[in-house]
Amino acid sequence: MTIAIYIAVMAGVTYLIRMIPFTFFRKKIKSRFFRSFLYYIPYAVLSAMTIPAIFYTTHNMWTAVAGTAVALILAFLEMPLIVVALAASAAAFIAGLFF
Amino acid sequence: MKSKFLRGITHGIPICLGYLSVSFGFGILAVKAGLSVFQASVISAANLTSAGQKAGLDVIAAGGAIIEMILLQLTINIRYSLMALSLSQKLDKRFTTPHRLLASYGITDEIFAVCSAQKEPLTPAYMYGMIFIAAVGWVTGTALGAAAGELLPAAVSTAMEIVLYGMFIAIVIPPAKKQHGVLFAAVIAAALSVMFKFAVPALSEGFAMMISAIASALLTALIFPVKDEEGEAEAV
Repeated sequence: MTIAIYIAVMAGVTYLIRMIPFTFFRKKIKSRFFRSFLYYIPYAVLSAMTIPAIFYTTHNMWTAVAGTAVALILAFLEMPLIVVALAASAAAFIAGLFF
Repeated sequence: MKSKFLRGITHGIPICLGYLSVSFGFGILAVKAGLSVFQASVISAANLTSAGQKAGLDVIAAGGAIIEMILLQLTINIRYSLMALSLSQKLDKRFTTPHRLLASYGITDEIFAVCSAQKEPLTPAYMYGMIFIAAVGWVTGTALGAAAGELLPAAVSTAMEIVLYGMFIAIVIPPAKKQHGVLFAAVIAAALSVMFKFAVPALSEGFAMMISAIASALLTALIFPVKDEEGEAEAV
């Protein structure tokens, strides 16, 4: 019972945080500065989430470096997302067999 | 309609695979905290977020106050508001209020990332496809982790954790090659993030990420404002 209340509150708050701006914000933003900010925010978020966290994911610096290097090279060659993602994981796994 | 849904599913497969491994870990933690497999799966299905669920689990395990749960979720997940706002600028006309109410459930870091990288306006079917496959991975991983515990060989599960990061790199690098602004935003955000990690270790990862990203995007917007056409075609 109590756990159900915790779960409901947790889910409710998380949903409202996502729903309110997504549903009620209808206008196109006019400010060039704010539009620029919103344009760059995804890349900044992804970069900040990836670095340095990626080097700690596999609990082994070498496998993480191998995965990162493969991902960087394939991304630079503009391979599809799934190819880059799975190749990074495969590289980390293979490196893990050696280090 | 159907092909957009399938396209969303295809684009969501790396997310699904990454979620499988990450939520597997959440399932293990949930059982350790005294929850059942069913309760753990319900949390994952209802929240679809990693950091918030982990923090929520700690509150449940400690028997914390409801207000603590509310404030914690607000702090950790407020970044979704920013992402929702950013996505609201590139929605297709088909996104009526009921679709918005439904699709907002699935705004996660990863789904936001893939959706923002799309050139064309987002349709409900596309987002539903991606959210569907991602949620399947997230809930399945949680249930498996809760039920099977630590059966998966460590080498496999740790290698899988890198899947999501590989996808992030694949999203950032191609535009960074062509646009100085994107490259600048990515480099500054990464530098700030590393700085916080080592100089201010007490700061939570969620906060460090948010401050780094906002500071970097503000600075980039000042130095490299988007051109009007670019704003119309990509940012809007």
